[in-house]
Amino acid sequence: MTEIHRFGNIVSPITCHAWNKDRTQIALSPNNHEVHIYHRSGSEWKLLDTLNQHDLRVMGIDWAPNTNRIVTCAADRNAYVWTQDKENKWKPTLVLLRINRAATCVKWSPLENKFAVGSGARLISVCYFESENDWWVSKHIKKPIRSTVTCLDWHPNNVLLAAGSTDFKVRVFSAYIKDIEKTPEATPWGSKMPLGQLMVEFVNSEGGGGWVHSVSFCPDGNKVCWVAHDSSINMADATAGSVVHKLRTEYLPFLSCTWINNKSVIAAGHSCIPIMYSVDGNGQPIFVAKLDASQKKESGGLSAMRMFHSLDKQARVETSDTNLDSIHQNAITCLCIHSGTREKVLKISTSGADGQLVIWDLNTLERSIQNMRID
Amino acid sequence: MSATLKPYLTAVRHTLTAAMCLDNFSSQVVERHNKPEVEVRCSKELLLTPVVISRNEKEKVLIESSVNSIRISIAVKQADEIEKILCKKFMRFMMMRAENFIVLRRKPMEGYDISFLITNFHTEQMYKHKLVDFVIHFMEEIDKEISEMKLAVNARARIVSEEFLKRF
Repeated sequence: MTEIHRFGNIVSPITCHAWNKDRTQIALSPNNHEVHIYHRSGSEWKLLDTLNQHDLRVMGIDWAPNTNRIVTCAADRNAYVWTQDKENKWKPTLVLLRINRAATCVKWSPLENKFAVGSGARLISVCYFESENDWWVSKHIKKPIRSTVTCLDWHPNNVLLAAGSTDFKVRVFSAYIKDIEKTPEATPWGSKMPLGQLMVEFVNSEGGGGWVHSVSFCPDGNKVCWVAHDSSINMADATAGSVVHKLRTEYLPFLSCTWINNKSVIAAGHSCIPIMYSVDGNGQPIFVAKLDASQKKESGGLSAMRMFHSLDKQARVETSDTNLDSIHQNAITCLCIHSGTREKVLKISTSGADGQLVIWDLNTLERSIQNMRID
Repeated sequence: MSATLKPYLTAVRHTLTAAMCLDNFSSQVVERHNKPEVEVRCSKELLLTPVVISRNEKEKVLIESSVNSIRISIAVKQADEIEKILCKKFMRFMMMRAENFIVLRRKPMEGYDISFLITNFHTEQMYKHKLVDFVIHFMEEIDKEISEMKLAVNARARIVSEEFLKRF
């Protein structure tokens, strides 16, 4: 149902992770300047390679499945594109991001011919390979971003880019590079798309506030969903006038969200459990189910033995467990699609500040959890 | 536990749980820096509205939070001169050893007796709910500790004065 994985003796948080195409390898960063590549054999994980080029904490990893390239970005303001040579060693190529603050997030475009990097320099670098100079160059989207860009997601048409930032706004930009692409077709988001064109801007909340933590385009590209620090999950549909539908939840803020089909979203964050939401006929997000149905482990009541034990060890009467009831023991920071297509996701993977990676099988969960329906 | 202490601590606990949702966040003002935003206060949009929870005029907690750090300042009950002195000395003793307490700040905020600074690095290393427990436990214990010390001081003063007055 759910598989729990740990990697070697890593106890530090897993900042982010990314899978290769056939899901046999994973790239993850143990909250420092390194990126580790693990290969799965059975239930074991073998460390294949350590990508050791950054000198500050790695903030984002993305693995292009078809071209088999990894892009990483870090707080040292750099991004590298890693390609495998003949001996299967990963070789870095520096990307000229031209930013002077930390890079925060990175995403390959669906066609894998370019990627976008969000940064603390209040801009987005859209990077593409310039073959005549043999390096990765970037173009900037600056206006009207007012604060750190925290998250990015590409529209399936390879042109539009959604970006959330700590200025409480979600924006959809055009990231059209005319040197390498032909003119894009019109979408419900708009028809004129020069680079940097602001297609639409959503304010997270009327009263202001709520740093946007994650944003995601739905598989058909018409809806966008984001989660923010006011514990809300928000959706907007371009075909329905881009009205924001907001659901304030009772949970702690979500840090990551992804669509699992055109109707449903899974979000996870500081509450340590992934939660599924779906969109109703009006476009309003509604709660469906918690994916983590773990029960509190029976502590066996209040025993005198236990009381004296803790009094002896910690000098205080403490009978409650240290562990949380959920599988993840700390905030979930990264949520990825593990298997299935974007239109029908079968498994998702989550990693968090507790150093665990959990793979959730949505089909078996759907059978075992009441009220959970994925259509 | 007296009637007002319980709801006071419950309110503090819930506020702390909600406020302690911290992320790693590099400075957007200074290159290659990663500093607690609640201390540097360079970007207004990264700070949340501070919350004051007070039990009465003297006892209150100020919780200031930001994207990657929170600062908790506690004002301890001080009914009379002795308690004031004891509290001052006790807090000074702890703050001089702030590095041993990890989350303790070396100086309290103005108007408060002691301050804690919790950053995302602390919540990554430690259980968040245990950090909250720690602050609550500290608030419970500090009152007790000071009243016990006050009793001890008074008892000692009585013995001393008795011994002294025996001579006459």
